[in-house]
Order: sequence, then C-alpha cells, then structure tokens
Amino acid sequence: MGVALTRAAQWTTAGFGTGKLEITPLNESILQEIIAFVENFSSKHPKESSLVFKEPLQWTTTLEPSRFGSGYEVSKLSVTSVETDKDGRPLLRLSASNIEVLSFSQLSTILRVAQDKKLREVQACLEANRDPVAKILGASYATVDGEDYSVLRLLEKVKQDDDANHDAEFEMKVFLLIQQLDMQLMNNSLKQISQEVRLSPATVKNEVELLESFCGEEQEAVLKSVEYTSDYEFSNGCRAPPWRQVHGEICYLKIKPHDTDTLYVTCSTAGVFLNGGVDEEKEKTDYERKSEVYKDLVNLLKQRSSHFAQNIVSLPLSFSTNDDNYSLKEMSFVLVFGKFHDVLFTLDYVSKISGVWTEEFSESSSESEEDEDQLDRRQESSTDLPSEYWQIQKLVKYLKGGNQTATVIALCSMRDFNLAQETCQLAIRDVGGLEVLINLLDTDEIKCKIGSLKILKEISRNSQIRRAIAGFGGLQMMVNILDSPEKKLKCLAAETIANVAKFRRARRTVRKHGGIKRLVGLLDCVPSDSANLTPEQEKDIEVARCGALALWSCSKSTRNKEAIRKAGGIPLLARLLKSPHENMLIPVVGTLQECASEQSYRTAIQSEKMIEDLVKNLSRDNQELQMHCASAIFKCAEEKETRELVRQFDGLKPLVTLLSMSENKQLLAAATGAIWKCSISLENVAKFQEYKAIDLLVGLLTDQPEEVLVNVVGALGECAQEQSNRAIIRKCGGIQPLVSLLTGTNQALLINVTKAVGACAIDPENMTIIDRMDGLRLLWSLFKNPNPDVQASAAWAICPCIENSKDAGEVVRSFVGGLELIVNLLKSDNKEVLASVCAAIAKIAKDEENLAVITDHGVVAMLAKLTKTTDDKLRRYLAEAIGNCCMWGSNRMSFGETGAVAPLVHYLKSSDTMVHQATSVALFQLSKDANNCITMHENGAVKLLLSLVGSTDEVLQEAAAGCVANIRRLALANEKARYG
Amino acid sequence: MAEGSVMSRKNLQMLSESLAKVAKHFNKKEVKCLIRLYNDLVGEQSERRMGAGLDRSKFRNILHNTFGMTDDMIMDRAFRAFDKDNDGFISIKEWIEGLSVFLRGTLDERIKYCFDVYDLNGDGYISREEMFHMLKNSLTKQPTEEDPDEGIKDLVEITLKKMDHDHDGRLSFSDFEKAVRDEELLLEAFGSCLPDTKV
Repeated sequence: MGVALTRAAQWTTAGFGTGKLEITPLNESILQEIIAFVENFSSKHPKESSLVFKEPLQWTTTLEPSRFGSGYEVSKLSVTSVETDKDGRPLLRLSASNIEVLSFSQLSTILRVAQDKKLREVQACLEANRDPVAKILGASYATVDGEDYSVLRLLEKVKQDDDANHDAEFEMKVFLLIQQLDMQLMNNSLKQISQEVRLSPATVKNEVELLESFCGEEQEAVLKSVEYTSDYEFSNGCRAPPWRQVHGEICYLKIKPHDTDTLYVTCSTAGVFLNGGVDEEKEKTDYERKSEVYKDLVNLLKQRSSHFAQNIVSLPLSFSTNDDNYSLKEMSFVLVFGKFHDVLFTLDYVSKISGVWTEEFSESSSESEEDEDQLDRRQESSTDLPSEYWQIQKLVKYLKGGNQTATVIALCSMRDFNLAQETCQLAIRDVGGLEVLINLLDTDEIKCKIGSLKILKEISRNSQIRRAIAGFGGLQMMVNILDSPEKKLKCLAAETIANVAKFRRARRTVRKHGGIKRLVGLLDCVPSDSANLTPEQEKDIEVARCGALALWSCSKSTRNKEAIRKAGGIPLLARLLKSPHENMLIPVVGTLQECASEQSYRTAIQSEKMIEDLVKNLSRDNQELQMHCASAIFKCAEEKETRELVRQFDGLKPLVTLLSMSENKQLLAAATGAIWKCSISLENVAKFQEYKAIDLLVGLLTDQPEEVLVNVVGALGECAQEQSNRAIIRKCGGIQPLVSLLTGTNQALLINVTKAVGACAIDPENMTIIDRMDGLRLLWSLFKNPNPDVQASAAWAICPCIENSKDAGEVVRSFVGGLELIVNLLKSDNKEVLASVCAAIAKIAKDEENLAVITDHGVVAMLAKLTKTTDDKLRRYLAEAIGNCCMWGSNRMSFGETGAVAPLVHYLKSSDTMVHQATSVALFQLSKDANNCITMHENGAVKLLLSLVGSTDEVLQEAAAGCVANIRRLALANEKARYG
Repeated sequence: MAEGSVMSRKNLQMLSESLAKVAKHFNKKEVKCLIRLYNDLVGEQSERRMGAGLDRSKFRNILHNTFGMTDDMIMDRAFRAFDKDNDGFISIKEWIEGLSVFLRGTLDERIKYCFDVYDLNGDGYISREEMFHMLKNSLTKQPTEEDPDEGIKDLVEITLKKMDHDHDGRLSFSDFEKAVRDEELLLEAFGSCLPDTKV
C-alpha cells in the first residue's frame, strides 16, 4: 500500500512531511479499500493479525474513550488494552486523543468502534504515518521507488531463523498481504487516473475563445457571455495567481448561461469545476471546489445549463461563421467532440491537402500542447509550389502503388533530392509521404526498410518532420527494427531515433516502447581498440556508435537517464569510452555528460574509472569532444573524490590549456566550469596556481557571455580562498572587473561574484581597490535582490569588507536606509540568509554609532527571536552578533528581557566548538547584567562554562572564565548583602 | 549395382574436389551436398534429358519454390545467366558456379550476375525497352489514368536519370556498376533475382 499511497493518492502539499489527503473520489476509494482490508484482516488471518508492529502507528483520533468496551481498561481520558506485547506494552493506548496501535487486531477493533467515523480515522492514521509499512514491518520495508528487494530480504530472514521464531514467517505473510493490497489499490487508481484529462492553458484558452464566439443575447446563442475573472495572463499562459497555480489551477471564468445563474468556474489541469464564486465587493475569490470535476467546459455546461445542452446540438443550423477560419462542419465536430484545437489542427490539414488525411483524423487528435507552435505555414496555394513538390508527389505515388522493385527505385530517386532543404522535407510530409515511409518500416522487405530509413534519417533533422514522424507512430516501428539481425538496419533506425528524439514526448515514446533497453543493447560490441578487426566486428562498432547517438538524444530526459542506468548502460558506455575514434567518443561522452546531472551517474563515472578516459580525451584535437569531456568533469567534480582523481590523472593542465580557446564559447564555458568545480579542492588550487590559471581566468572576466563569466568568477572565488592567490588576482588587474560585475542581473553570476569579491576583500590591499570602486555600496544594494542566495552571498561578502576597510563605519552609515535594510533581512526564513546577516551585523555592531542605529531599528528583539534555532551555523553567528550588540546602551538588559539568554546557555551543549566560542563571548557580555547572571545560573550555565574553561581555545577560555567570574561576583555580593 | 555405387562415390569425391576449387565460396562438404542435390534433381527428370543436365523448367521450379521468385521473365533470365554455354541445360559445373555467386557472391560478382539477368537480349546494354519490359508489372494500374503505361514509362525515365551516367539512353555495364556502388539498393533495380535474405 506504500506505493499506492505515495504515487496514486492525491496529497495536498506533497513533499512537506505530514501532508493532508485531499477529499477526492480517488482518495476516497483508496481509503475504502484500506478499510475493508483492515476490517477483515483479523477474521481472515487471525494469526497474522496478532503480529506486533515494529513501531506503533500514532495519530490524533476523535474517538471517545467511552466507545471502547471489554478487553480495555477505560478511564475518563485514556484507554489501554489488556493485550500486551512481550515487553508488556499495551497493544493499544489512547490518551488525550493521541492513539498508539501495535497490531492489526487492534486496528480492526478501532474501525469497528469508530463506526461512521471510519473514513476519518483511517485518513488521520495515514496522514500521520506516510509510510505505514515501514512502521508495521520495520524501516527496511519502507516504500522505495524502483526495484524493491525487501521480499527477498524477508525470505532470507525466514530461512535463517526457522527455529523457534515464527515471527519472520508471519512478517512474510503480512508483507505479502500488504503488497497484494498495494497492487489492488494501484490497479483501481490507475483505472481512475486513466480517465482523467490533463488540461493545459492552451487547451483552455482555445475552448474559451471558441465558446466566446457562440455567446450572445439572442436565444439561439448557447451562452450569454464567457469571461475571465482576471485580465492578466502570466507568461505560462495561466491566469490564476501563482499560489493557486501550484494546485494546478489555470484560470477562473465567469459564465452567464441563458437559463441559470452566473457560473463561476475554475479550470485546472485536472479538469474544470464550479468554485465558490467571486465576491465583487471584496474582490475575493472563494477557490473551494463546489461541484464534481468535468473533463472540459462543454461537459460542465451541458450538465449545468439545459439551454446550452440543447443549443449546442443545433448549432450548425443556426450559425454562420464563415468570416473566420472555421467552417460550420468543423464547428459541429468541435463541439461534439470537445477537443477543440486538436480537431482544428486536423481539419485544417484536411481542407488544405484534400483527401489524403481523412483516415488519420482520429489518431492525430491526440496531439497536445507541445506541438501547437508547430501548426505552421503550409503551402498556401498550388500556384507557387516548387517543381520538386510535384516530382516528390509523383514518387510518393509510386511508393504507394508499386511493388518492391518500383518502391526501391522511387526511394533511391527520392534520395537524389536535396533532403536537407526544407522545401523537400515539407513536400514529402505534405503529399502524405511520411506515412508511406513509416508504413514501409512495417514490411518484411529489408531493402524497402533501408531505403525508407535513409530518407527518414535525413528529413528528421527538421523539427516539424520529427513531430510528424512521432505522431504517426514511427518511433515504435524504429524501436522494433532495433531487434533486427541486419546490422545496417539497426544503425539506420538508431540514427533516425537520435534525430527524432529531440523533443520530450518522443523521448518518452522511445522509453515506453522499450527502446532504451534495446539501444543500450546495441552498445555491446568488442572493445574497439583491438587491432585487425573483422568486417563483422567493425559493423558491430558502427552499430554501437549509432546506439550511443540515439541514447545521447534520449538522455536529455531524467526518466531516460534512469532507464539507461537500469538497462546496464553505464559499464557499456565506460567500455566505449576507451575507443580511439572520435565519432564514437562524442556521442558516448555526450551521453555521459548529459547523465552526469544525476548523482547515481556521478558515482558510477567515478567507480567505473571513467575520469581517466575523460581526462585523456580533454587533450584530443576535437573541440566538440573536449567540450563534452570538460562539461562531464564540470558536473562530476561536485564530488570530492572526482576532483582528486582529475588531479591524479593530470587533468588540470589540459583544462587550463583550454582557457585559450576564446572563440569557442561553449567549450570555454565547459572548461571554466570544470576548473571552477575542481578548484573547490585546495590541492587543485595549488596546481592551478602553478599552471598560471589565475592570470588566464582574470583575462576572461571581460567580453564573455554570462555562462562563461559565471564559471570564471566561480573559479576565481574558490582560488581566492588561498592567501597568495588574492594578491595574484590583484596584480593581474582582476579586482576592478570583478567589482564591476556586481552591477549585473544574472543571479547565478551575482552569487559567484559576491563570493569572489568577499574572498578578495580579506586582503587589505584588495580592499582599497574595492573601496575606491564603491564596492561595498554595490554589495549592499544586492540586499534588495529577491533571491535569498544572492542576499546571503552578499552578506557574507560584506563581513570582510567591513573588517578590512578603514572607514567602513562611516561608509555604511552613509547608505541611506542601508542599516534598516539589513536589519529587516533578519525576518527572512532562509537559514543561510539569517546566518550571513547575523555575521554582517556582528561586524557592523563594532562601530558604536552604527550599533546605535541598528538598535533603534529593533535589532535586539529580532536577534532574540532567532535564538530558538537549532542550526549550528546560525547559532554561531547569532551568538557573535548578540555579543557585539551588547555594547550599546541597555541592550544587555533588553536581551535578557526578550528571553535570549536561556537559549544561548543551551548552545553550550552543541557539538560545534565554534558555537561554544561565540556563545561564551556573548554570555560574557550578557553577564555584565545582574539579571542575566541569574537566568544563566538558573539554566545551569556555570557547570557548562566551567568545563569550557579547560578548553585550549584561548578566546573561549577567557570568555568562559570571565562569565563565571561575573556570576560568582554577583553571588558573593548577594551573600554579602544578605549576611554582611 | 554395388560396384556402380562405389564408382559414383569415388567420382563424387573427385568431382567435388575439383569443383570446390572453382567455386570459391563453398567448402568441399558443401559442394558435395550440392552435387547430391543436383543429382537428385536431375534423377527426377525423364531419361531422355538425364545426360544433358538440369533443364529450364526444373530450374525455374527451384527458383520459385526455394527462393520465392515470381517473375517469369526474370527467372528465365536467371536460367540463362546460370547456363553459361547456352545449351539449354545447366551442367554440374554451371550449377555449382552459379550458386556460388547466387548465394554467396561478392558485390562484384552479384553486379555482374544481375546485369546479365537484366540484359535481356545479351547485347551488353540494358535498353529503355528492356527496362520497360521488366518494370511493366511493378505498378498497380490506376484505371483512371489515360495511358496505363505512363507510370511505367516515367519510372524508366527516373531510373535512367539515376543510373545512366554517360547519358546515351541505355545502361552499359559500367553505368550499372557505378550506380550500384553508389547505392547498393539498386543492385536488383529491375526485379528480384537474388535470394531475399542473406544465407
């Protein structure tokens, strides 16, 4: 049931811990099935039902303790069952509406007791226990995506301890029963889901436009009016506000039918339904669903307005819409079928290319949103058609009406046209040649198949043709051909797939028809570096190359990456990576770099020892290959081990060499990216210094596209972590361009630039340059950037700037509204932003006047509010900020009053020594106030501080000792006052 | 009888050895099997023809039944291509040599064989008329068209345009050879005359 619950059930806010199950028909039926399962469990499987769960299922119940009868100890607020497990824990325990259950028999009792509240109880239980199987049988049975070996594990367990312990056997039975239920649930929900329609903004828009054209006051009109509630359309085509878009809602309509009240309709991806309507005065929309979900507007309106239902049928008789593109016949079609734009697409075709397409009507109507930008220019009139058009038409005629011999001649002749030219490509499609070519793939004639694929391979370079091929089911045929024993056919089919699978739907089709597995199968050939190959082996290698080409195209979809891995593609790719031929290496490395976005691939690339080959190929004289290798390293070097390996195989030098390829921007972007990620390891930075990479990188700071700049700056930022490199950057004149990049808008670039500037600012000489260029102001202005990563990165960069700039205090003060801006960032809910801003505030607070200003802006209360955090990084900088903010006026007292002291004391229990240091400094400052000393003492600070006095960290030692002294002094004074 | 069979076994051995040298693509054992097959086929024929070898109708039966060929004219031409000495019978040597090309021939050998088949009158050229003759059944007739042969004529022109490199309105062997080397699919341009799938 785990799988069904995670995949099929509709959760309101998926992915956020405890979600809520939406009240939808689908969920309801799932719940009902689960209820039936649990209710009958104890009667059907009495032994298994007494199996004690590994962990109790807990949830908040609405059941009254009084509902429980015999077998339970019932008190006013609690219930415990008489039955217990081996350790004496009761199998059911209810106290103050929190219920814990340890066996199926108890679960079924609850359901019996709950009576009409069954549904509610099961729902609450499942909401609180997202993966019940894991609790029932233990964490190793948690629901996992993909292959699941838990049955095998269980079987082994049963085998091992078949002695006295029969529990494992019961577990096995329970597990199988649950799996069975899971299957059943999935099957049922699949049935439901398959009936669902997914609407897109485009389909909705078309439907609305069409309905609009039938609106009017006269009686024959189907509706009075249709209008959107919002005029603003977002770039994705939705009109719903973004916070509703996350629920899949597209737009809201106000529809006035002739016979009933105004209808307020929500169009969402799951269908259309009535909502609560718009309150015109308050301009508020009630988004709640008020009706069942219909698959489109026409169906909803048919149900809600009988006038609409009647008139929609008689439309063709009463309307004339000759003025626009749609004819009467089309309209009636459209309204009856309710698939507006698809049908228009087809009919458009029909009217232009007479006769040929009529049979295709039903199939092609399944095309959807992805393709509509492709409803393209077609040959307008027959007069200005090029002569090729007629010749191709004639050849297609022979293809259709000829035997094998004539077909082969026609195919060969067709190849003499310039198939790279769009006129010819579209001519083939427009005269109906594509279907014939694709049909030929389904014959037994190898020659016809070869001829057809040779043409398809060429013309599929055109995106419209690709979509048409996929639309006619060509991909399925080609996937089937991959099984052919004829190697030439396999090659052609794979190459054509490589061309066609350039868009998402095609890639999905390839996967759905088992294409990935077959393509991976093609990769299996003899190691290609062995000398004197037989002709057959050479053909195998060619097959593998074509397979790699196709996989490269397919690997642009995440699911396909997964499928390639599961089909065992990684070791095969690793083997092909050793090939000496560039035409083989490019698709192989291309696939690998595409897949390296997945963690599983990065690990595999490392463990299959592919880094060495990637590094080796960096030095080949082929820019495309170099680019893919560099970009694979770019993605893989996120892992520390990979970075080490690149260095060990001497990959850093070739990367630096690539920096001189300033014309090829893609290559440059990949190479700089690889350098950036590699420079995260300090050992690599030393190497880069040796190869004079920094000079080269600084040279790339100007006149480069953003994708290069991001990486260059990222690399410089990493390099500048090293003291000597900061000077090198300055000497090469890198500081100025870096600072001027702070005015950019690219978020990724800004994050890297701020980091680099911050790192450079640690060097005081650099800081003078930054100051001269007003860098601090530029950094400060980034606090207005909406991206929290930019904010945090800017705040981190500001810390060293303030520290190293001579008159930073004054400069900061001169920023109008600057201090208020930064204090207000403490309201952010991003931990990184908070930590960085605290760090910056700690620096700012060192200037007394500034401290006074931020105190006025209420910094004390805001810092105090944050003290409850458990994040060690934030704790450290927060403590630092609090320590420094104590220096002004009555801030010490204020911290005490706002309750910041007690949580701070608890920071001392953290495992992070940096937290200890900052905290004890802060406590030392706070302890100068008597009331704070009392709070500290009450919270057991003395003991904690005493243990820290023994630390080797002098700052920590001193602060801790000082704090203890302050507390002690107060106590003495107190005693003195009392007894003295 | 016993003596005869000993003799024939000895003969068979020698014959297969000598023929295996002629036919590059078969080994001795395969040659032996093919000789047996030939003998069986010849044995089924009437007494009168036994000495001369395999006759036309028997050979056509094989092409039809075993290799799925249907075109009468092509089959006749295939017989002529096998029957090197033009005596109307295929001798044991012609049988082995012919099959060697037919089943396992290199591209060169197959080009030569196909050209021989398509050159109906054996004048060294495939003429327009010959092409028309061979292609005349390759299109389904459209009853609507005024001239039912128009499609065929057009097909011949298309083929000539593609294959006639010296533009003399007919295909010489070198024309044919060049066209096939450019595009192997054109090997059987005028009708299927080789086995369908590779053996």
